[in-house]
Amino acid sequence: MITKLNVTSVWVLDKEEALDFYVNKLGLEKGSDFKQGAYRWLTVRVPGDPGVEISLEQPGPPVQDEATAAQLRELISKGAMGGVVFLTDDVRGLYETLKKRGVTDFTQEPTDHAYGTDMGVRDPFGNAIRILKPKKVAHEAKA
Amino acid sequence: MSREVEELNRRLLRARDAMDRAYAEPLNVRAVAAVAHLSEAHFIRRFRAVFGETPHRYLQRRRVERSMFLLRETNRSVTDICFDVGFTSRGTFSRTFREIVGEAPSRYRAGHGPMVAPNCFQLWATRPVVAAGVAMQSSSFGDAAAAAAS
Repeated sequence: MITKLNVTSVWVLDKEEALDFYVNKLGLEKGSDFKQGAYRWLTVRVPGDPGVEISLEQPGPPVQDEATAAQLRELISKGAMGGVVFLTDDVRGLYETLKKRGVTDFTQEPTDHAYGTDMGVRDPFGNAIRILKPKKVAHEAKA
Repeated sequence: MSREVEELNRRLLRARDAMDRAYAEPLNVRAVAAVAHLSEAHFIRRFRAVFGETPHRYLQRRRVERSMFLLRETNRSVTDICFDVGFTSRGTFSRTFREIVGEAPSRYRAGHGPMVAPNCFQLWATRPVVAAGVAMQSSSFGDAAAAAAS
């Protein structure tokens, strides 16, 4: 059986700019970074959680032809490529930190719900990122 | 050429996000167009080309989605909910709700309880599709006339 999520991808328009946002603004850390020919394998991950990597993927050769890449870029920039959800222990604290680091593209300020507190932000390219502090539920509290 | 498209898309998305954030406030199309650094008419035309509906219809569907949420999850009166989500008249709210959802707010409330899905999922995925057979109509957001003129 499958035991764990290992790598997932986020489509970006520029790997260098993505690295800056996800590491220097959002607070993730760089994982792998090596070049194989024209392709750069570049990942980021939650600090202290090396088992799950987010691969930053930029449309274009050698993976896609230019026409496909143009379609992907259009979808990325209109926010149609999905997104990721992270957990935090302090949504409001992180919100202030992100603002201090110059993040402006919030889709939702910290908001309380029955299941926890969350906020939303977009990366520079249009991808949706949500950050949640879940409320403890009974089975988690026991664990 | 492609970079221009992406940059414009990103600005339109930012304007769409602004509507999702501020739906409860009195929004006018000029202010939302300003978020995208576009003139009103250009904004409406480009928004429709990129997202498949006018900004006004997008905002209406967001407001109606939020009203459906409040009808399901709270005991607030239909009139209070109408103003909570940014409508300024009960008549416009009822008409728009019925047009999009296909039934009156009170009837919708009677038939639906709270959803299990998290709020972010509801915001993302439950904006109601306009009921079948309903044509795009004009409204107070002001873009329908401008879109028709363009």
